[in-house]
Amino acid sequence: MKGIRFIIAGIVFGIIMVKSEAASWYRIQEMFRFQSFHMYGIIGTAVSLGAIAVLLIKKIKVRDSNGERIVFTDKDKGWKRYLLGGAIFGLGWALAGACPGPMFVNLGYGYLTMIIVIAGALIGTYLYGVIKAYLPH
Amino acid sequence: MLELIKQPWPWYVSGAAIAGVMIWLLYYGKSFGFSSNLRTICTIAGAGKRHAFFNFDWKTQRWNLLFLLGSVLGGFISLLFLKSNEPLQLSTTTIADLKFLNIPFDGQLNPSAIFNWEYALSIKGFSVLIGAGILVGFGSRYAGGCTSGHAISGLSNLQMPSLWAVIGFFGGGLIMTHFLMPLIF
Repeated sequence: MKGIRFIIAGIVFGIIMVKSEAASWYRIQEMFRFQSFHMYGIIGTAVSLGAIAVLLIKKIKVRDSNGERIVFTDKDKGWKRYLLGGAIFGLGWALAGACPGPMFVNLGYGYLTMIIVIAGALIGTYLYGVIKAYLPH
Repeated sequence: MLELIKQPWPWYVSGAAIAGVMIWLLYYGKSFGFSSNLRTICTIAGAGKRHAFFNFDWKTQRWNLLFLLGSVLGGFISLLFLKSNEPLQLSTTTIADLKFLNIPFDGQLNPSAIFNWEYALSIKGFSVLIGAGILVGFGSRYAGGCTSGHAISGLSNLQMPSLWAVIGFFGGGLIMTHFLMPLIF
């Protein structure tokens, strides 16, 4: 059962989301109102340490658990889809107070009505797949 | 140890822990990106037969679905064993602003005013919750990633597209918070 390691990583992620309060609707509101450093500190620390880690992995050619070189694929060039899609995402992020990960973490944390938000997220994803060809990318 | 974990974590511990999860997944040869799961679930539900976007071998994303399952369990474990007795230390100005929107602060992770069943199943509450979800789902796929894929993984790899996406996330969030939420609530 090789998959169990991903379940364990997910459990740790879920606990981090709750204890960091990144899965809190209130914290997201506080962030968008610039009334606390909390969320900026979390994201800033994660990205700073993440960037150092990625740099080191590339520099010293780290291999993964299967012995393969860890490679990073660049995102497709452009800005339209990122800025437009990002803004649509942001509207929902502020209103739901949760991005996709925390939606599921909150479901486990007992906020069962989050299932409605998750259903919406699936509908939204499906909708994108349907009208993708008509959107600027 | 358990008492230490139960406390709300300072931001630098939380940030480092999130970077740790990303590195952990990289070590398994995987890229941290949560919203891909939404597409995978659509594919499993059969969307690939009608729309090419969903026509891919979902088994390549099996690991990510297991990660999703783990995250739900992680939430449940936090609820059972790691709950702090202290109320969330929200900024007093935020509490005042939310009171103005008729969303009282209850000290929990999320406002019961929005996530209780009675409100969630009212026409307005249901529209708010499902609408917010649709925006997140649509936007994350359009932008090709969410907070984990762009803000954490993408920015860590110094990807310009991810910076555009994060600018978009914040632009949308600010518009919703400052202009639309006063109209909605």
